[in-house]
Amino acid sequence: MLAVENLVMRYGPVEAVRGISFKVGQGEIVALLGANGAGKSTTLAAIAGLLKPTSGTVTYNGRPVSGLPPEILSRQGIGLVPEGRRIFASLSVAENLWLGGASHGTAGERRARQNQMEERFPILRERTRQKAGLLSGGEQQMLAIARALMSNPKLLLLDEPSLGLAPQMVERVFDLITSLRDEGITILLVEQNVPMSLAIADHGIVLANGRIAVAGTGAALTRSGKISETYLAA
Amino acid sequence: MDVFLQQCVNAISLGGIYALLALGLAVVFSIVRLINFAHGEVMTVAGYAIWFALLSSVPVAAAIVLGVLVAMLASVAMERIAFRAMRGASVTSLLITSFAVSEIIKVLFQNGITARPVPIVLPAWMSGSINIDFLTISVMSIISITVVILSLIALTLILTRTTLGVAMRAAAEDFPVVRLMGIKANHVVALAFAISGVLAGITAVLWVAQRGSVDPLMGAAPVLKAFIATVLGGLGSLSGAVAGGFVVGIVEVFLQGYLPESIAPYREAISLSIIIALLVLRPDGLLPAQNVNRS
Repeated sequence: MLAVENLVMRYGPVEAVRGISFKVGQGEIVALLGANGAGKSTTLAAIAGLLKPTSGTVTYNGRPVSGLPPEILSRQGIGLVPEGRRIFASLSVAENLWLGGASHGTAGERRARQNQMEERFPILRERTRQKAGLLSGGEQQMLAIARALMSNPKLLLLDEPSLGLAPQMVERVFDLITSLRDEGITILLVEQNVPMSLAIADHGIVLANGRIAVAGTGAALTRSGKISETYLAA
Repeated sequence: MDVFLQQCVNAISLGGIYALLALGLAVVFSIVRLINFAHGEVMTVAGYAIWFALLSSVPVAAAIVLGVLVAMLASVAMERIAFRAMRGASVTSLLITSFAVSEIIKVLFQNGITARPVPIVLPAWMSGSINIDFLTISVMSIISITVVILSLIALTLILTRTTLGVAMRAAAEDFPVVRLMGIKANHVVALAFAISGVLAGITAVLWVAQRGSVDPLMGAAPVLKAFIATVLGGLGSLSGAVAGGFVVGIVEVFLQGYLPESIAPYREAISLSIIIALLVLRPDGLLPAQNVNRS
């Protein structure tokens, strides 16, 4: 479904990503792991269209999409839950969801999806008129994911969704990711929580200094135990 | 007492005009970080459009609508021609671009029409006044205050009831994420400039009606005041711009009304000192913007 080939991302003299290639198959969860600054978020930003690749290609559903703007990629079914959640703090919960679905389908379809989201995340229904900035960290993460789901994505990119959350909430987030995959959404997950990510992932890719250090199935990587070494060394 | 009440009406009426202009600046700044000094020239363009329409014996009401429409188009065209290419540039580069646009438009009017004011004659009833009890209120201030209130209500509805309006508020916080939602950046920016242009057009109508003339520099002074108002209110904050506009207008009218003759020449200096004092007390402005401009 998604193929990244020889992706290079450079900010001025700094090469954040130095030629990585990987594939994400339909219905899979692929975990992109690695230390801070390994190039994970930059890779997601390139796939979502927020940053233009220095070189290399991104292919989505068989078509090259590298360099397309985020608004087009969103309409083609790529959703991103950005790092740090980045919900619209001064807007109400309902308005955040509204914008998430604004360019996808009719107003009626949008309301139906909003209803689904509120059933899935009852806290969002309770807080629907409240400013999103007043939600707790975990609630904001739920809102950020729900907002991305409002666009009915085929491929969902999640950037550190468990960051800064209480352990209970972390578990909920990982459960949610699994059930989204079961509903047919393909998932590319960037995480720092290695064991939990590998437990749910079909494939794991470990980045170190902008290159792929180790890759394999989630189970194999967990067994090999090599990950923590590479991961900590980076 | 009656003089004081009349001054209040004048202050609210002038403050409302500054508030609308300041809002036009703030709407654009909150989204593209552009302090648009050519905003005054949008007013000027509207003024000349009204003048031209009246010369061509278009009815007054139609001329006013035309003026506002032309202002909207001028503002959107400015973005398309001058500012879009500069998108993402530093605040300084954007500011200098807006000075360039402003100068070009002024010179075009000075050389293309005339540097001197041209008269605009509006119906006599507009310049009249009405007596309520012991109060004498000019019709123009009543019109101004009504128009300002209606404009604020309309803008609030756009910003809370339409998708692009909500997207504009979101874009003021975090534009890249708005684009991630599939909402086109160009549409959001164009709407911001269109709203800004309509506000400048409305102010131009009120301004021209009070002065009875149009000249190439007519936008410069009010926009400077509006700029002060946006800084006072909190740059990029819409409610701040409105509050700032009213404060600047009220300070100006009351100093004009109550300062003794001998220190009247220092009026501007005193009014700016008051504003500086307010900024010392609240450095982020009266109602600072909430944005946390990541990226």
